[in-house]
Amino acid sequence: MSKTVAGLRYSESHEWVSVDGNIATIGITDYAQHALGNLSYVDMPEEGDEVVKGEEFGAVESVKAASDLYSPVSGKVTEINSDLEDAPERLNVDPYANWIIKVEMSDLSELEDLMDEAAYISFCEKE
Amino acid sequence: MAFAYFPHTPDDIRQMLQRTGVSSLEDLYADVPEKFIYRKEYDLPDAMTEMEVRRYFEDLDKSNTKLTVFCGAGAYDHYTPSAVEYIVSRSEFLTAYTPYQAEISQGTLRYIFEFQSMVCGLTGMDCANASMYDGPTSAAEAMLMCVASVKKRKRVLVSSSLLPNVLDVVRTYAGYHGLQLDTVCVKDGETSLEDLVEKLSGGDVAGVLVPGINRYGIIEDLSGYADAVHAAGALLAVYSDPSSLAVLKTPGEWGADIACGDAQTLGIPLSFGGPYAGFLACRKDLMRKLPGRIVGATTDADGKRSFVLTLQAREQHIRREKATSNICSNQSLMALFVTVYLSLMGPDGLRKVNDLSYGGAHYLHDRLLATGKFTDAFDKPFLKEFVMKTSLDIPALQQALMDAGFFAALQTEEGYVSFCVTERRTREEIDALVDVINLMR
Amino acid sequence: MKYYDKLIFELSKDGRCGYSLPDAGWTQTTSSIPDGLKRTSDPGLPQVSEPEVVRHYTNLSQMNFGVDTGFYPLGSCTMKYNPKINEDIAGMSGFKGIHPLQPRSTVPGVMKLYNDLSSALSAITGMAGFTLNPFAGAHGELTGLMIMRRYHICRGDDARTKIIVPDSAHGTNPASAAVCGLEVVQVKSLPDGTIDVDHLKTLLDSSVAGIMMTNPNTLGLFETRIEEIAELVHGCGGLLYYDGANMNPLLGTVRPGDMGFDIIHLNLHKTFSTPHGGGGPGAGPVGVAAHLLPYLPLPRIDGQTPEENAGRISGFMGNFSVLMKAYAYILMLGKQNIRMAGPLATLNANYIKESLKDCYRLPIQSVCKHEFVFDGLADQSTGVTTLDVAKRLLDYGFHAPTVYFPLLFHQSIMIEPTETESKETLDAFIDVMRKIAHEASVKSDTVKSAPHNTPVRRPDETEAARHPVLKYQDMVAPSAS
Repeated sequence: MSKTVAGLRYSESHEWVSVDGNIATIGITDYAQHALGNLSYVDMPEEGDEVVKGEEFGAVESVKAASDLYSPVSGKVTEINSDLEDAPERLNVDPYANWIIKVEMSDLSELEDLMDEAAYISFCEKE
Repeated sequence: MAFAYFPHTPDDIRQMLQRTGVSSLEDLYADVPEKFIYRKEYDLPDAMTEMEVRRYFEDLDKSNTKLTVFCGAGAYDHYTPSAVEYIVSRSEFLTAYTPYQAEISQGTLRYIFEFQSMVCGLTGMDCANASMYDGPTSAAEAMLMCVASVKKRKRVLVSSSLLPNVLDVVRTYAGYHGLQLDTVCVKDGETSLEDLVEKLSGGDVAGVLVPGINRYGIIEDLSGYADAVHAAGALLAVYSDPSSLAVLKTPGEWGADIACGDAQTLGIPLSFGGPYAGFLACRKDLMRKLPGRIVGATTDADGKRSFVLTLQAREQHIRREKATSNICSNQSLMALFVTVYLSLMGPDGLRKVNDLSYGGAHYLHDRLLATGKFTDAFDKPFLKEFVMKTSLDIPALQQALMDAGFFAALQTEEGYVSFCVTERRTREEIDALVDVINLMR
Repeated sequence: MKYYDKLIFELSKDGRCGYSLPDAGWTQTTSSIPDGLKRTSDPGLPQVSEPEVVRHYTNLSQMNFGVDTGFYPLGSCTMKYNPKINEDIAGMSGFKGIHPLQPRSTVPGVMKLYNDLSSALSAITGMAGFTLNPFAGAHGELTGLMIMRRYHICRGDDARTKIIVPDSAHGTNPASAAVCGLEVVQVKSLPDGTIDVDHLKTLLDSSVAGIMMTNPNTLGLFETRIEEIAELVHGCGGLLYYDGANMNPLLGTVRPGDMGFDIIHLNLHKTFSTPHGGGGPGAGPVGVAAHLLPYLPLPRIDGQTPEENAGRISGFMGNFSVLMKAYAYILMLGKQNIRMAGPLATLNANYIKESLKDCYRLPIQSVCKHEFVFDGLADQSTGVTTLDVAKRLLDYGFHAPTVYFPLLFHQSIMIEPTETESKETLDAFIDVMRKIAHEASVKSDTVKSAPHNTPVRRPDETEAARHPVLKYQDMVAPSAS
């Protein structure tokens, strides 16, 4: 059973979002890191890049798998977590303490399409 | 009747069918619709014995005219030291598959690691893959790599001074992949920097491909090219003859992001065009965009130095329809070939190969000038291959040379022919070739 | 196998050399080249004598496992015996000295080989003609798809940009399609791994360029509804592409051209016995039906350049010496022996399958073709995985099967024995597989920590990917981190 955190919002492609004003902090869930296995690389966008809800903004790679990251919201990337460049394993150790990008959201209503913790737990059970 | 490669005796077959619960070999195909079972005789020769097969190929061999090669154009007649073929023919290397099981493939993995290291040393790049099919396909992959690395740009520029078959292959790949390809024109025998800068000005170019030594044999002066390309936000790839890089400025030193080319010049026999081996190398920041097999060092469960295939996650078998390259093998044995060759030659031997080629080519060039039937096409430095303007009828020239046992004077343009001299060509051979020309009117 | 830990660079000593080159007495050398065009850095090549080089690579070879070393049941790779006559022929010095641009009139022997091999492959597969230029299977796929696209484009049918690929296909299929600029549409498999024809029907429209199939498929099952599939795809204006990776069981029995395939690639290094060489060079000739002959790429065997040609995909005309090896094998087979090739490969696969199905989970029970898939051990309670079984096989002197492919099962073990293996070899393999299954229940730790007798043991792949060290120079002077 993979971990979840109360108060976060979740996407069907297994990203989590925490919201502070119009800034969304985005990472991958415990379910996702578990499915991928030992991560070896995180491909991140650059600060200032535009991301679009539902579209790729990067990728995570393990020895056996590579998976695209899909942005749960639209907006501009304000920060990337450069710690992950040399230590992608942080996402395996604690996926919720290690975010990937921060996005200045252009449409806050997009958040309504995301799941809360309870909905995500039942979503994962069906996966 | 028994056949040398099939060990099954009739009794084996009977016992094995019994185990499988199928009554005959034919019944193993019971699920195939009858109309698709091919019952006619195959339109093939009768089975031959080894002696007959040997005779077939000896007859083929006899029917080919053996010519002394004074041509290049992408395939060069360099010498192969005996030890190279000897090592490469070892069945542990020859009959292995791609090194998926690292524990019993350390031989393959280590020579690929050595190959990558040597390619990096020669090209001045940070990382190299385990080899590509040939030079032209490595150039095409270099262009796909540029497009995959520079976001939202689908245009590539290639120099018209590249070998025609390199241009054609890049054009083919680019066309199907949906890239816009434009050529940069040639000025005074070299890629025009002026034209390049102009074509970069749209800000839509992902990658640029230029040769180190071009189709006229000219060593291109690439000063300023990398700056121009980078200023436009694009990547620069240089197509090189790796043998020449023992002496010439490396793609890395020119400021290139990607180096590609054909390793055939590193002692691989002409063999009518294959197998050769392409190489592809890049700067560190492009490492994860590098297609193909890559070997990395690591340690095993006991802490021993070990080698494994790595960075494969981007690869087709995992990325599938998102792949930007579909290559899933390499020319592994040819990479071994090149690695052994370079180990034997070392830095001095490879420099000497270049000196001998340079010396012979310039001797031939000067003698051709002295015939009065050739003039310089360009006043540019060359290494082993060069183009001259001739007053002779080119088909007649080629025929006369061929009749005398030479393959030489490839036409590059109307009125222009190219020659190539490697360390294998002797003074006697060159003099004999010039004698043929002196007799021509 | 013994562990040998040197790299060639570590044997280097300034002043040593392994070459012998003449002093031609030329008056000019590369020192005349302007300094601005010359390298200033050291190329970093080793300086080693010939005996050291030979011993080093001989030592490396002894850490390698090849078909000549032992049984190599790698599924979908057709690791059959590589006849030695092939090597002798490819080694004939006359062929090695031929420049690829030599006029065809001077090399009738070379051209005869191209014609004879192309005709033989056509006869074996039921196609009308071949290009022998592609260098490998994946390269053949790409070439075949280029021909397919070119065909549609030349007919003004350029909206056909979708390619249907089964979800069980080899990963190269979608990758080749993507490189060729085609959009991949997946067709579902039925539980037995064959194509869901009802689902296929819903995908067919005027945007479909064609379908890529292997037959038998990756589970070793013959697509019995192939005729219907061909009618459906042709009916909507698409073409059928045959991935020849699984051609071996059909060798001498069934011809893809007769089943309605328009384009096919073959792997000469699988079906036609040329050595794999540790990952190449191979050859991936592409055959086409008569209506597609003009679309074959350049340079062509017929010397023509029809306007419809698919372009140039190789520097010259393919891996010539590999082509010679394949034709030598075909001549040895002849019209007689070829009849037995596919059936014996199929017999060998079924023999192993039936001998092990009580110890390993067999998801598809029916008669297979050249290969089949187990889904891990029958007893899943031991915690021993497919990877463990594969690694334990190495201890017993066998190469591992293909593992974790196809993706249809979680613990796939894909076994392909080929026709060149004797009953005794298969029996020995079966015994070891049974022994490992037994070990899994009585001493699972031994299996889980396997291999124990190999030069290295489970190298750390994660570390290799996280902190890539891809060249010797990086080993000598590790970066500050």
